Amino acid sequence: MRNRRDRTIAFLMVLPTLILIGIFVYFFIGKAIFTSTTDWGENPQQPALAENVVTSDVGLQNYDKLMTNVIQANFRNSLANTFFFTLFFVVGSTVLGMFLAILLDQRIVAEGFFRTVFLFPMALSFVVTGTIWRWLLQPSGGINLLPTLVGLQPMHFNWLNSKETWLAFRWEAVPQYVTFVGFAVLTIIAVRRALSHDWRTARFAAAAAVIILLVFVAGLWNYVWLPLDSAEAEQAIAPKGFNAALLGIIIAAVWQMSGYVMAIFIAGIRGIPEDLREAARVDGCGEIGVYRYIILPQLSPFVLSAMIVLGHISLKIFDLVFAMAGPDNARTVVPGMLVYTKGFRQNSFASASAIAVIMLFLVALIIVPYLWTQLRSSK
Amino acid sequence: MVSAEEFKRYTLRTFIYVLLLVGTLLFLLPVYVVVVTSLKDPATINLASTWQLPTTLHWQSYQEAIEAFGPRIWNSITLSVSATILSSILGSLNGYVFSKWRIPGERLLFPLILFGMFIPYQAILIPLFQFMRGIGLYGTIPGLVIIHTVYGLPITTLIFRNFYTDIPDEMLEAAAIDGAGFFQIYTQIIFPLSIAGFVVVIIWQFTQIWNEFLFAVTMTSNAYEPITVGLARLAGGEAVKWNLPMAGAVVAALPPLLIYIVMGRYFIRGLLAGSVKG
Repeated sequence: MRNRRDRTIAFLMVLPTLILIGIFVYFFIGKAIFTSTTDWGENPQQPALAENVVTSDVGLQNYDKLMTNVIQANFRNSLANTFFFTLFFVVGSTVLGMFLAILLDQRIVAEGFFRTVFLFPMALSFVVTGTIWRWLLQPSGGINLLPTLVGLQPMHFNWLNSKETWLAFRWEAVPQYVTFVGFAVLTIIAVRRALSHDWRTARFAAAAAVIILLVFVAGLWNYVWLPLDSAEAEQAIAPKGFNAALLGIIIAAVWQMSGYVMAIFIAGIRGIPEDLREAARVDGCGEIGVYRYIILPQLSPFVLSAMIVLGHISLKIFDLVFAMAGPDNARTVVPGMLVYTKGFRQNSFASASAIAVIMLFLVALIIVPYLWTQLRSSK
Repeated sequence: MVSAEEFKRYTLRTFIYVLLLVGTLLFLLPVYVVVVTSLKDPATINLASTWQLPTTLHWQSYQEAIEAFGPRIWNSITLSVSATILSSILGSLNGYVFSKWRIPGERLLFPLILFGMFIPYQAILIPLFQFMRGIGLYGTIPGLVIIHTVYGLPITTLIFRNFYTDIPDEMLEAAAIDGAGFFQIYTQIIFPLSIAGFVVVIIWQFTQIWNEFLFAVTMTSNAYEPITVGLARLAGGEAVKWNLPMAGAVVAALPPLLIYIVMGRYFIRGLLAGSVKG
């Protein structure tokens, strides 16, 4: 079977795929990175879509502007929005999905029916979901009227157009926040691991904590988190924080994706042998104890992969925001939307490319380690 | 007599079912509102009566929505079917090679292919736009078919590879001893055993491509838009008559939803395959 001729045929069969992926993924990524260092579409003398457009090399200027220029404040708002969206969407979907999976694990009559119901939004397009929820979240109808069905007062929250900003923070202080939180979390991990004599992990976490601190002290952040050109002006026009207008979009996204988490968990729970649970019961664990000490620890790899898949979806989110809040809503702006509006509406291809490259970088940060561990463990 | 133990158990069971029913209700609320709104006479739709049933059934909204979609329904069908077929066939061959044959550098090539399904497509959007314009396929259905086929390859390759890994190597070795080559092994052993794999892949690809929006809105021209763009147009803008977008949402959701309801088991397998190892 493994003769030379057949092996050549095998290689020739995957060659088209290798070439196509090579061009459509890697060559295009390279080209996007290249474009992000030019002034294509930023130079008024050179119409972006002209037949022979001349572009010149501007180095990292586009990135520099994204981080500092007040005109690009919406990019920084989109980063803040992505942060809060990811946080609440991932935590919300994971908790709800896990809860539903545990409920369905209780030898339920008509389990198949309930599973079908909780999972059906996954079969819908984000555009469909967005259209439906946009109607449900109209300020004087839909969800806001729900309390009246049971005789309560209606709510008056302006879901998609609220101008409120919660959890406000100072953009310039983000390196401090990251350093502080990172250092605290890693130190706690190090101490806890050390207490349970897991010296290897403890040393690793302690080293990471020290590195985070050193990076901050050495001032390396100043090269990434550049000081804003006009901090006061930006604070006035675009305060950073959790924009309340995102809340409705997060609810719709959780509605759509929590079934996915549930499906992953159900698959995970099925994989835990019944003897293990039985043994725990014999040892005097209550039903809750079985989950706390047996099932949840076994599920942690599933939790992690669910969170990574959800996290990367949320970093690229575009269609749901488009359908719910429209492409020009400054309060709900996300990086994926900016690539669309800047690139395909305003033809500012260079700065749109720079945003796209930053998005790719953020996604790669979580996906590359994930793929690496997944494929290594499957060998 | 019910013992305390049994009483506790029954209360807990009742509580679990109550939670499940409340959950079901919450998950289906949007469906109720969509269907109800789509069947109301537009003159009677207002925010205050969102939750009320229609007084008369007004089916015309569906007809109007379908007319408003016009060629977009057919565009979506052509696009989804063609790209699904192409990416399934290529994915099956790739999966066969990556699971049963050794090719140079596969330990590096396979992850490189898989990475393609996680990238934010925004990262390749502008070069893709240039490329499509360059080869004259920008804004056409064939252009979109190529795009969806290529970006579908990572997931179809992955699903088929995982599927074929379960076919014992001994079967192939036996066939090889009988003189079967690369293609005979595929057509005589692998392909006949792939039906379930094809069902999973076809369902997954079809629903994904049907539901897709980013390429649909950036890589098409007016005449060749898919249905998701049509729905966004129907619902966009400020003064919306909500019966139309709701009927449109039902029409756009129907094909993937029917597939999900009829073939849910296979849909879930595709879904779980997306988390790589499953």
